[in-house]
Amino acid sequence: MDDMIKPHLVPRFRVGFRFQWEPAQNAYVLLYPEGMVRLNGSAGAILSEVDGERSVAEMVQRLEERYPDAGPLSDDVMGFLGEARENGWIDLI
Amino acid sequence: MTDREFTPDNRSTEVGPPLWLLAELTYRCPLQCPYCSNPLDFANSQKELSTEQWTSVLRQGREMGAAQLGFSGGEPLVRQDLAELIGEARHLGYYSNLITSGIGLTQAKVKTFLEAGLDHIQVSFQASDSELNNALAGSRKAFEQKLAMARAVKEAGYPMVLNFVIHRHNIHQMNDIIDLCTRLDADYVELATCQYYGWAFRNREGLMPSKAQLVTAEATVKSYRERLAASGSRMKLIFVTPDYYEERPKACMNGWGSLFLTVAPDGTALPCHSARMLPIDFPNVCETDLRTIWYDSPGFNHYRGDSWMPEPCRSCDEKDKDFGGCRCQAYLLTGNADNADPVCSKSPHHDRVLAARRAADHATAGLEDLTYRNTENSRLFFRS
Repeated sequence: MDDMIKPHLVPRFRVGFRFQWEPAQNAYVLLYPEGMVRLNGSAGAILSEVDGERSVAEMVQRLEERYPDAGPLSDDVMGFLGEARENGWIDLI
Repeated sequence: MTDREFTPDNRSTEVGPPLWLLAELTYRCPLQCPYCSNPLDFANSQKELSTEQWTSVLRQGREMGAAQLGFSGGEPLVRQDLAELIGEARHLGYYSNLITSGIGLTQAKVKTFLEAGLDHIQVSFQASDSELNNALAGSRKAFEQKLAMARAVKEAGYPMVLNFVIHRHNIHQMNDIIDLCTRLDADYVELATCQYYGWAFRNREGLMPSKAQLVTAEATVKSYRERLAASGSRMKLIFVTPDYYEERPKACMNGWGSLFLTVAPDGTALPCHSARMLPIDFPNVCETDLRTIWYDSPGFNHYRGDSWMPEPCRSCDEKDKDFGGCRCQAYLLTGNADNADPVCSKSPHHDRVLAARRAADHATAGLEDLTYRNTENSRLFFRS
């Protein structure tokens, strides 16, 4: 479980998890059986790049293009994806 | 119902939107579980909303911000329009959960519902073996059907959530229950100790586990969690312990009218599925729009905020944490829903909870002594 997030891996949401924008909460949320997590801005931005096809490296590149003032994002993205996997939200293949 | 990870930070003095909508489609049910949370006098309420009325409720709820939707009952499968309602829910953007006994489910329906956009099916079991399961459910074929449907749900690609209501007659099966769930490859297992409302309150003495039983069960769950983690399994065990053994009350429903909106089969709107028994007038979706119900109705505003609180809650520094506990439990145990939940050791009525614990240590009632949830028994409550 605690192995490293590698840049070539492709994250995808686990079965039963749905990521969507909720206007009423002004936030991205992750929905799963009888539960919901409201995501903060950066978590929402990272997970919005999960499409089951992009690798971690590609996600980082896209996020750095989307947020040019944020500086290098690789550590943040990998750190968060590690947490997301730990929480059982995503798999990395 | 569990509120596993609702972010608590959206509670403020402002009333937020109802994020969770529970659609109790019907009180009809082929099973007779003696811990059913439906009202004792459900037989008095046979009217059900039409497909169009439910569709309108779903649409209004979604417009207000509801994201989680539960189809519950009774047994929601008895509604012939379930697939249509599921389709509507998906179209609106809900995450929809079907809470079912599995009775009346078929492989074809599992597939139809998936295609309609259902996100999750929770199958409830009564026990880990057919004899006890079927005795509790009041149905001879229930267990085999549940096993078959649990497998069908998994095969279809849904996340598998199995729910076991735990009480003194099955709590000793914790090992077998978890082993069964492992064999079925469940993703989530809810080991939900009975909460004493509705039929379960009526049967409390016959259902409540003793402290010793509970301690053993907790140790079992803990050791399974460690084993599962060590083996790399991602099966999650969710053990809901009974609040009768706590010293502080649960933050019931995350606060009255805070996140949860239940609509009963006849359209009565409630802040939780138990609240119907309270001496409060609750609005009906047939007469009032959902937004007015949620934000403006006296029923939903009745226990919002804390100005309604008597002592010891009023001056308690924990009142923002647990909101005084559960109004229904206060009503059932003290006769006044304003009171502090007697689970709290600060409550002047805490002795009633202590008495229930003592009774659980000496209870001898068997399965045959329980009052089973069926129309005949319900009519008796209606008359009395």
